[in-house]
Amino acid sequence: MSTAIDHPEYNYKVVRQFAIMTVVWGIVGMAVGVLIAAQLAWPQLNFDTPWLSFGRLRPLHTNGVIFAFGGSALFATSYYIVQRTTRTRLFSDTLASFTFWGWNTVIVLAVITLPMGLTSTKEYAELEWPIDILVALVWVSYVVNFLGTLAVRKEKHIYVANWFFAAFMIMIAILYIGNNLAIPVSLTKSYSIWPGTIDAMIQWWWGHNAVGFFLTAGFLGIMYYFVPKQAGRPVYSYRLSIVHFWALISIYVWAGAHHLHYSALPDWAQTAGMAMSLILLAPSWGGMINGMMTLSGAWHKLRNDPILRFLVVSLSFYGMSTFEGPMMSIKTVNALSHDTDWTIGHVHSGALGWVAMVSIGALYHLIPIMFNRKAGEMHSIGLINVHFWLATIGTVLYIAAMWVNGIMQGLMWRAVNDDGTLTYSFVESVEASHPGYVVRVLGGAVFLTGMLIMAYNVYMTVRAAKKENAAAVPAQA
Amino acid sequence: MDINDLRGLGSVFALIAMLAIFWWAYGSSRKKRFDEDARIPFLDDDDDQQIDKDRSK
Repeated sequence: MSTAIDHPEYNYKVVRQFAIMTVVWGIVGMAVGVLIAAQLAWPQLNFDTPWLSFGRLRPLHTNGVIFAFGGSALFATSYYIVQRTTRTRLFSDTLASFTFWGWNTVIVLAVITLPMGLTSTKEYAELEWPIDILVALVWVSYVVNFLGTLAVRKEKHIYVANWFFAAFMIMIAILYIGNNLAIPVSLTKSYSIWPGTIDAMIQWWWGHNAVGFFLTAGFLGIMYYFVPKQAGRPVYSYRLSIVHFWALISIYVWAGAHHLHYSALPDWAQTAGMAMSLILLAPSWGGMINGMMTLSGAWHKLRNDPILRFLVVSLSFYGMSTFEGPMMSIKTVNALSHDTDWTIGHVHSGALGWVAMVSIGALYHLIPIMFNRKAGEMHSIGLINVHFWLATIGTVLYIAAMWVNGIMQGLMWRAVNDDGTLTYSFVESVEASHPGYVVRVLGGAVFLTGMLIMAYNVYMTVRAAKKENAAAVPAQA
Repeated sequence: MDINDLRGLGSVFALIAMLAIFWWAYGSSRKKRFDEDARIPFLDDDDDQQIDKDRSK
């Protein structure tokens, strides 16, 4: 196991850049989230300023956490994993550099245009067409660089994490470009080429696979590398991981129609979306169990390794939200949950509990390596532990508040009196939601505090590592 | 034969493909190689402190 292996010098520069930006964009995206959560509790916080209004900042929050935070985490970890598991330097340093600067330019443009109110109005695809073109260019460069690295690999077998990354980036390329096809009428305005209900179906074909491939397959790639690595033992069952991969990617693409229950979408398509969503429980839990069971016989490691705790608890949240998702896709359940805060709670149990926590665990493992330290050798392990508890408590507060709010809203909206009139007006349900909104702000703020502690920990680690390295190699630079 | 026969065949094909993947993954003659493949992340345990020359730039 400890034989030294021949390999070229890896491109860690791009990994380091994306890893640091993951922390930065995480704080920005989540801070915007806390602000708009506070606006829902105390509406005067928009200060009567259009570019601070909820409608403009909400897409900034979703783009910020999904594409800036989650995207940077995926770029960093996929570039890292593909090099380490193929023993090959990245196919092209130029393309790697282009993806870093291109992606960050996209994010900066989003930060400018979305508050200005420039939007194509498609969820998770709000950016207008010139920015979309840049996204497409960056993404295709990413795919070429990643697949190119696999093509020239030195390791015969392609490790399973890379399969998940490859599927994620190829599907995102197809769906992002397909969904954003539009006819520009000016530099800042375009209209989708898809008409009516087809537009809705294409949108949610994309939208649910932003969840299924961007936020799931990609992060499962992270899981399949960093859980074994941090636990110090191979994944529970490599054979299960193969079945997991093929089942997950072949089913996820069909589930999007559940976003359009009881809409103008043909009934059979709604039912097909629901059936596929239910089947999805099997591969989701297969993967979750595979990650969890990797610790079988080594559970004691959780006691003193907060990084491993981040990774394993993220899998618990993954299991929880992938049970909740299929349940919510059942049409009768959806009749209660649709358009309520339950959906927002579901998304955040996945986004905070799974996506953010697995990324944070991976970053704590990886960042020290980027600065010539041992894996996980951060400035303070104690602060990682504090971060772990803040993240867990913040997530639980958030999702519990949204469950209570969501089910209450669903029940209030459908309540009817004996004479058939509605028992509650809409605004009564808004008023009843206020306590839940306050708890959500609290949960989000607790989670964000954890991210700020992480930033401090990373800063101190980098500073200490730079001093060590300067002392170790005085002749360089 | 109309389009619905084709759709039915599509489902049958998908089922066969899935069963084939199970068979391939769990076939006993491939157990050893998959156990070895699972160790790929650990082949380079010694490099975790690789000196990165880009860093000082």
